[in-house]
This record gives sequence, structure tokens and C-alpha cells, in this order.
Amino acid sequence: MTVTALPDTEPPRRGWYKRNEIAVTPWLFLAPAILFFAVYVIIPIFQSFSISLYDWDGLGQAEYIGLGNYAELMNDRAFEVSLWNNLKWLVCYLLAIPAGLFIALFLNQTVTGIRIYKSLFFFPFVLSQVVVGLVFAWFYLPNEGLLSNMLALVGLGPVNVLGDPKLATYGIILAGLWPQTAYCMILYLTGLNAVDPEQVEAARLDGAKGWRMLWYVIVPQLKPATFIAFVVTIIGALRSFDLISIMTNGGPFGQTRVLSFYMFEKALSEYGFRMGYGAAIAVVLFLIMLCFIAYFLWSMYREEKGH
Amino acid sequence: MRSTLKASALALTAALAASSAFAQDSALSGDLKIFLDTSNPAPRATMEAMIDRFGEMHPELNIETTVIDREAYKTQIRNFLTADAPDVATWYAANRMRPYVEAGLFEDVSDLWEEPAIADNLESTRGAMTIDGKQWGVPYTYYQWGIYYRKDLYDQYGLTEPETFEEMKSNCQTLLDNGVKCYTIGTKFLWTAGGWFDYLNLRTHGYDFHMEMAAGEVPWTDDRVRQTFANWRELIDMGAYVDNHQNYSWQEALPFMVNGDAAAYLMGNFAVAPLREAGLSDDQLDFYQFPAINPDVELAEDAPTDTFHIPANADNKEAAREFLRFVVSAEQQTIINNGENLGQLPVNASASIDDDKFLEQGFEMLSSNSPGGVAQFFDRDFPAEMAAEAMQGFQEFMVFPDNLDDILARLEQVRERVYN
Repeated sequence: MTVTALPDTEPPRRGWYKRNEIAVTPWLFLAPAILFFAVYVIIPIFQSFSISLYDWDGLGQAEYIGLGNYAELMNDRAFEVSLWNNLKWLVCYLLAIPAGLFIALFLNQTVTGIRIYKSLFFFPFVLSQVVVGLVFAWFYLPNEGLLSNMLALVGLGPVNVLGDPKLATYGIILAGLWPQTAYCMILYLTGLNAVDPEQVEAARLDGAKGWRMLWYVIVPQLKPATFIAFVVTIIGALRSFDLISIMTNGGPFGQTRVLSFYMFEKALSEYGFRMGYGAAIAVVLFLIMLCFIAYFLWSMYREEKGH
Repeated sequence: MRSTLKASALALTAALAASSAFAQDSALSGDLKIFLDTSNPAPRATMEAMIDRFGEMHPELNIETTVIDREAYKTQIRNFLTADAPDVATWYAANRMRPYVEAGLFEDVSDLWEEPAIADNLESTRGAMTIDGKQWGVPYTYYQWGIYYRKDLYDQYGLTEPETFEEMKSNCQTLLDNGVKCYTIGTKFLWTAGGWFDYLNLRTHGYDFHMEMAAGEVPWTDDRVRQTFANWRELIDMGAYVDNHQNYSWQEALPFMVNGDAAAYLMGNFAVAPLREAGLSDDQLDFYQFPAINPDVELAEDAPTDTFHIPANADNKEAAREFLRFVVSAEQQTIINNGENLGQLPVNASASIDDDKFLEQGFEMLSSNSPGGVAQFFDRDFPAEMAAEAMQGFQEFMVFPDNLDDILARLEQVRERVYN
């Protein structure tokens, strides 16, 4: 009798999945994302690196030329111009952040119909970049354009913004700032909702107002919004392609090209098809982006550790 | 009796011949996939109607036509020739087909060019279709380039069609004195400036020199090239071209001519249709050949040719060859190139030209007044990379003529790399 009364010391047989459920499940959920991220992002990065070592027209035999494409880039003035233009974009595009902040502060009040005003300010972000580019291209037209006519009213001669190699890039950046400012504004408007009224009250009791209030009390509380605005603006500046394509097509004589546009021209446009050279430009662009990506990742990591 | 017998025998043979011809025709079966870049409404309708006529002759054949946007086609062709090739595809003659010929993606159709129907009638375009001594496709249309001008403005200021560079400049000066620009042009997309270089170079040094340049045998810093640019500069310094042309596409430059702000346009014949649509009548609009610059040089013209090819990976090459024969036949050439359809010049010498003054003048010019030769166009004769850099340089030169040395040095660098 006693034999049958012995407790079953053997644990119940469970499947491999059941035993490892806790460890495996997250990976299962991640698997599709990892798969696609690898296929469409990670692997192409390495492919770009390898293609950039070849001289290849996309059709015939690829010829290995080592770092030849990069050596050529060093002496390529069009590449230099594109690089400088990228820098101009990066610096000038950041103006969208303070501009967005001030519009957000201005709109952060309760007046009848404020929602309508907010939507109107947000409107340019909803427009397609192509439309923005076309509208600004017309605005800048040398004779018929609104800008020239406005300048004529105050007695200034017509300016051909997009036809002047010195002004054209700034003209395009200004067009890009219009929707980008709206984007930053919406980020700050949501951020302002989260500002702690008690802190503002306390600061007011301590006699803070105006710029000091803004700089020492409001802006620090907006830090998450600023971070996101910074990220999207940097990415936006490096991705600037459609506006250039629409407004100047890289001209006049290639003076408004940025790296992404130059890469497209060299590798994929009507007269291009130097795949290796295009890939080399892409690699340079990637390395520049990598600096920012590393910085973003590092600051996010630090943020999480801090908590 | 004998005569009736003979007649019936004749009828019989004729019937036999007809039925055997029919048998041969209907032997074409399977699928025929045709890719077209004729995406503008009129050319599209023309091509589709032509394909329908071909389909009626070959009821067994299942024809599938795909029309791709003209600009998108230029990049897509690389993919579909390698991956999923159609049986027939449109493209361009001369150097523009070289990459595909060299990559072995176009079928050698020299056999078609040996058939008398093609050999006898298409001789004038044989050169443009030949690479390495073989022919790689057939042309289906071409059009002249030249100067389209406002006849009413010329009459108003007592000007006539110029025949020399001196007359061209003095005409221009008269127009400028009256506040009219001599030439409209839009260089935003660069190629229009290539047309000016073609003509100035062809007129200054002739066809052979131009082709030597295209083949990379002449340095861009050569004094003869500088001579061409010096001639060009005379026009630029006069203020012959509309201002701010770097902002406009070729279509956006049309209103200058329609409004009478500019008197002429160096363009291909395709500019006639929009100018007519904009309200210019045939009394106001006329055409002349680009005037001679160096009297010792034989006149040569640009006449870009559009073509049909059979991809090397095509499935139904037999039907594709039959289609190519059909396209270049005198009858089809007459139909598709008439004023209601493409409004261009037929490639078949036996075809008839439509009753249109521009087509007649163009045909006349190309067949009897272009002894130097017929070029394709700057970006079709020069290798793509060289053309892209050079046309950008031309645009810069037209805006800042003082940058010439710098531009030529840059182009020379590109030449040294491209042709090696």
C-alpha cells in the first residue's frame, strides 16, 4: 500500500517551449522586426560598403578597384559642394527648433478659436513636400514671383533666388523650414501641456518672469520635446531630397546638390549608373548619420540609466 | 480559252501565294510583350493603334502592351532587360544604346537589315543603329532640330532668315534694340544647352570633329573647342538669350516666344505642337536651318531617332522580328508619322511625308541640305557621364561665361576618366 502512496517526485514532462517560455517569447515577438530590419537595413549597409569598392554600371561585370571610388571623391568638387550644402542644411535647419518653440509659446493660450489657429500653423506639415517645393519655387520666380514683386514695392531689384548659385541652397532650406517649424511647434505644444503649473507658480512667487522664466523654468521641463525635435530635424536635414529635386533639380550647375541627391544622380538618374561611386557617396552619408545616431543612442541610454 | 486558263492559273497562284502568306502570318502565335515609353497622349494613342493593326494581321498572337512613363522608362529599362524582358522595347539610337549592346541585352538584328525591304529603305539611319558593325534595332521615327521663329516679329523689324553667323548676329542686334530677346531657352534640365553646343560646334568645325569629340579623341581644352565657345560667347555677351534661363524647363521657356518677348527657339520639332496650341498660327511661326558659321564646313544637323529593339532575353523573337518589319514598313511609317499622330519624319524612304510645312522643311533640310552628316543629339552621341557633366558646364557657361577655363579643365578631367 505504501508503495502507491509515494508522492510523484518526477516533475511533469513539459514541452521545450513551455520550459523556456519566458526566455523565448520576447524573441519570437521580435523576430519579424529583426528579420525585416536585417534584410532591408543591416544587410544593405554592408552591401553598400562592398559595392563601393567596385566600378560597376549595374549591368556588366563589376570590377574591383579597392578604394578608388573614395580617392576620386576626394578630388571631386561636386562632392565637396554637396558636403558643404549638407552642412548648411544641418545648421540652418536647426532654426526650426527655436522658431517652433516660439510659435508654440505664442499659441499656448486660451482664446476663442485657438484650435483653428493651431491647425492653420500646423497646416504646412500636412502638405506634401512636393507641393511645398512648387509653391516656394513660384514664390521665388525672378519676374512673376511674389518675392520679387514684394521687393519691388520697397524699391529693391528682382532677385533670382533659385538661379543664383550662392542663394539657391538657402532658398530651398527656407522652404524646408516652413513645414519643419510646424512639426517642431506641434511637439512643443504637447510638451507645454506637461509643464507643471505648480513650478511656474512657485517661480512666479520668486519673482521670475519673461526670459528668465522661459530659460530656467519652462525650457528645462521641455527637454524631452526638445530632444525629439532635435532628432527629427537632424534626420529631416539629412534626408532633404524632394525639395531639391522639385525646386532646382540640383542646379544651377549642381550648386544645390546634397549628398543624397548627388548619390541619386550618380547611381540612379538618367545619366548616372555608376553604382560603385554612388555607393561610396552613400557610405560617406551613412558615416555622417552614424555620428548623430550614436549620439542619440548614447543620450537615450544615459537617460534610461538615470532613472 | 488560253487567256482564261492563264488568268485562272494566275489567280490560282495568287490565291496560293496569299494563303501561304496567310499561313506564314498566322504561324505567329503565343505572347508578344511590348514595352513602350511613348507615354504622352498623342504618341501613346498612335502606338496603340499601330499595335492594334498588327494584332489584326496576326489574330493568333496575344499582344500585351505596357506603356511606361517616358522619364521612368529610362531607369526601368535596366531592370526589365535583365529580369523580366519584354519581346519588343522602345529606346534611342547611337551611344544611348551602347551600354545595353555591350552588356549583351539587345538582340543583334543585322539579319533584318539584310532584307531588301529594310536595307533599301532605311539606309539613312543604318549608321545610327550600328555598333561594332552590327545593327541592334530599327528606328521608327525621327525629327529635325533647327530654329523655330516668330515670322511676324522678323517681318515687323525687316529681318530675313539668316544664312551666315554675321546675319544671325545682326538680326539679333536689331531685335535687342527693339527690346526683344533673340532666343528663348530653359536650361533647368540642362539638355537644351546641349542643343546649342551641338549646332555651334557642328557649324564651327563640322560633323567629323564633333564625332571625334564624342569619341573622346579631342581634349576639351583644345583651342578648336575654345573657338566654339568663343562663338557662343558672342551671343551670350550680346544678351541674346532670355534672362534667368537656368530657372526654366523647356516648356516654361515657351511663353517668352508666344508672348513675343523672344523671337526664336532652337528646338526639336516637338516644340511646334505646344506653340500651335498656345495660339501661334502657321503665319506667325516658321522654321529655318541653323546658319553657317564657318563657310568651309559642310552643314550637319541633329536629328534624334527613336527606336525599337528586341531584348536578348525575349521569349518570342520571331514575332518580335515580324513586328519590327511591320513598324518600319512604308505604309505604317506614313501613318504613324503624320500630323495627326507623331507629327515627325518617317524613317522609311518610300513613306510619304505629311502635308505640314515644318515636316516638309525638315525633311528637305535633312535629305538635301545636310551634307556633313546627321548627328543624334548631344546626350545621345556623347557617353552619358560625359554628357551629364558637359551639359552642366554649358549651363554654367551660359550664366557665367567667365568661368570657361575652369569649366573646360573640369570637363577635361572627366573626359580622361570616362574614355579610359
